[in-house]
Amino acid sequence: MTDVSSMRPGGLRGLAADWASDQRSFKTASWGKAMMWIFLLSDTFVFAIFLISYMSARSSTEAEWPNASEVFSLHLGGADLPLALIAIMTFVLISSSGTMAMAVNFAYARDRRRTAALIFATAAMGALFVGMQAFEWSKLIHEGVRPWGNPFGAEQFGATFFMITGFHGTHVSFGVIFLLIVGNKVRKGEFDSGRRSWLCREKGDYEAVEIMGLYWHFVDLVWVFIFAFFYLW
Amino acid sequence: MSSTSEDPDSGIPPAEVPDLPPPHAHGFWSRWVFSQDAKYIALQYSGTAIAIGLVALVLSWLIRMQLGFPGVFHFISAEAYYQFITMHGMIMVVYLLTAIFLGGFGNYLIPLMVGARDMVFPFVNMLSFWMYFAAVVVLAASFFAPGGPTGAGWTLYPPQAILSGTPGGTQWGIVLMLVSLILFIIGFTMGGLNYAVTVLQARTRGMTLMRMPLTIWGIFTATVMALLAFPALFVAAVMMLFDRLLGTSFFMPALVEMGEHLSYGGGSPIVFQHLFWFFGHPEVYIVALPAFGIVSDLIAVHARKNIFGYRMMVWAIVIIGALSFIVWAHHMYVSGMHPYFGFFFATTTLIIAVPTAIKVYNWVLTLHRGDIHLTLPMLFSLGFIVTFLNGGLTGLFLGNVVVDVPLSDTMFVVAHFHMVMGVAPIMVIYGAIYHWFPLITGRMLSHGMGLVHFWVTFIGAYAIFFPMHYVGLVGVPRRYPEIEAAFVPDSVATLNAFITVAALIVGAAQLLFLFNIAWSLRFGRRSGLNPWRAASLEWQTPDMPPRHGNWGEALPVVHRWAYDYSVPGAPRDYIAQDDPGPAAAWRHEP
Repeated sequence: MTDVSSMRPGGLRGLAADWASDQRSFKTASWGKAMMWIFLLSDTFVFAIFLISYMSARSSTEAEWPNASEVFSLHLGGADLPLALIAIMTFVLISSSGTMAMAVNFAYARDRRRTAALIFATAAMGALFVGMQAFEWSKLIHEGVRPWGNPFGAEQFGATFFMITGFHGTHVSFGVIFLLIVGNKVRKGEFDSGRRSWLCREKGDYEAVEIMGLYWHFVDLVWVFIFAFFYLW
Repeated sequence: MSSTSEDPDSGIPPAEVPDLPPPHAHGFWSRWVFSQDAKYIALQYSGTAIAIGLVALVLSWLIRMQLGFPGVFHFISAEAYYQFITMHGMIMVVYLLTAIFLGGFGNYLIPLMVGARDMVFPFVNMLSFWMYFAAVVVLAASFFAPGGPTGAGWTLYPPQAILSGTPGGTQWGIVLMLVSLILFIIGFTMGGLNYAVTVLQARTRGMTLMRMPLTIWGIFTATVMALLAFPALFVAAVMMLFDRLLGTSFFMPALVEMGEHLSYGGGSPIVFQHLFWFFGHPEVYIVALPAFGIVSDLIAVHARKNIFGYRMMVWAIVIIGALSFIVWAHHMYVSGMHPYFGFFFATTTLIIAVPTAIKVYNWVLTLHRGDIHLTLPMLFSLGFIVTFLNGGLTGLFLGNVVVDVPLSDTMFVVAHFHMVMGVAPIMVIYGAIYHWFPLITGRMLSHGMGLVHFWVTFIGAYAIFFPMHYVGLVGVPRRYPEIEAAFVPDSVATLNAFITVAALIVGAAQLLFLFNIAWSLRFGRRSGLNPWRAASLEWQTPDMPPRHGNWGEALPVVHRWAYDYSVPGAPRDYIAQDDPGPAAAWRHEP
């Protein structure tokens, strides 16, 4: 066995050799982080296929597609404000990404109180987002939009809207639940003491906050695409 | 273990991953039911898959009885026939083949072959099995639901899948089918994340990716593909479920049924076909790649030779995996899509033949001048090469648009994919079970019973599927329970009867295999350590079968690839992967 470093190949071979290297392909990623990244890759395919199906339905349907800025307008102070609600929702969700990033930062610093507070703030904004989405749904349902038809145009509008925003809202809701769990663990100091969880007997640590953050940022990023394709197109 | 005891000049880097003990069982439930040991989960997966696979076997008998002797069996109505073919196809492709290769062999072999104590997240792994189990229960429940299981064909094409003319279309059948698929995908995702991360991040010291056995390369690539392909099926299943339950029209155009205008309108059935085959074609390779990998290892061990062109074999697996995502519409030449698509997809399809042919040549070249032991795993591997080559060649016919159009939806297609995707991977599963049974149980399977099983299965498979090509070429369409005698020559009826008799015999031979397992568990010859004198890591465990945690006190350290067989100058005809060896003169690595 000779010195490994002197035999390092260059170019594409070097690329392959780095990926194929001993023990770990991603040298800085823990198991949990690697797993979350791969899960998000898979989930990206789910959302991408949802959105492509929506685009395909929208471009092939015979009936006219409803005008987004009319359907999604909010009647406030005697005027119809196009996209008002959705602008607030998007603002809230993007802001929650900010608090999440700050939580991850304080988790690195092992700042238990601030980390917990910021995670709970993130969860609160996530819950607010889901609440506003419920309001939007009920408003549309009140106006007669159904999965099987609506008064504004092509019936696939309601179907794709409820399906895709519903699927995203489910992601946010699960995110809120897990944020509350992780936040509670931080608050109780379980990541400092290394206590095992009651369910799966794994020892948690502060990295859970970062992994949670990966998921949360992903859900926000997906929202940007849904926002663009549903509300701005 | 400590990394400091290692000679710093050995070139083996220090441990990067802490050697954590896997979770221990605390009692009856966590030991025998909700076990978190990957080896036990693998057996749970395999047992469930084989159990539901037996249902598919019985269904295939019923299908053949109807086709061979139409009108004789009065309990097989046309509706029942459609239900049989649908459930047979779906069970075999998803619930048996995918589950047993990834959930079964993946769980058992990945930690052992890469030198890990267990999967990275055993708890998630346990959930994965129980999700799969729930999916199987829901699927089996559809046999007892009002209206019976769905009879839409395993491709579940809308609009017919959710209309009243199809068995289970407006009743429970299709709903349970779609729910079961969704559960399966959720369960698989949990398992698949584990397999991928274990391979990428939890290998033992010295185990670079390019030292992994090809079995792991096949399972790993198939896992990654499944994580990217199953989303399409997931989305398609959710959308069709909405079409069926909520009255949306994702896949449903405006329709008149029994003189009545349905409330559907504006949807596109073709979108479903695209989504289905974006999953469905990679699915073929999700099943095939683990088979490719396993058969490479079986051939190397039982021919006592290093695999020919290891690097090429790895890249062929990866390239096949990547290409299989851009060939899906070759299943849709007659769907009415734009003809230019046919040009593109025919080209990509035929390009896949290149890496596949590389693999076949390399298997043959590995055998060339090898010390071939005609053990049961070797026999099944040879059977695989022949049947796979055969099925692959008819695939070249079907990949070309102009040839495919007249052959589409004939028994030729049925013969093709049963040869390439049915018989060939199942040959590998059998070979793998004969090979690894001693690792799992510490006993050998009976050789005599195995020989009967192999020859009946191999010759029988040809007796079934070779004439079926002819039946298809003369124009017999698939998915017809009965053909009017005026449309086909008499020879078709004769051949159909012959095929049916062969199918019944081959099916019975599989029961002999199950008996062999039960018999050998109790009376089989004890194998001792490493009965095949194999070099790969799973045979180097301190105990046979390996215990919880796999490796005893210390994790193994890997010094070489998995294929050092018959190395000139070596004291034995194999050098185990964890054998440090005295000199570089032995090194055979690529």
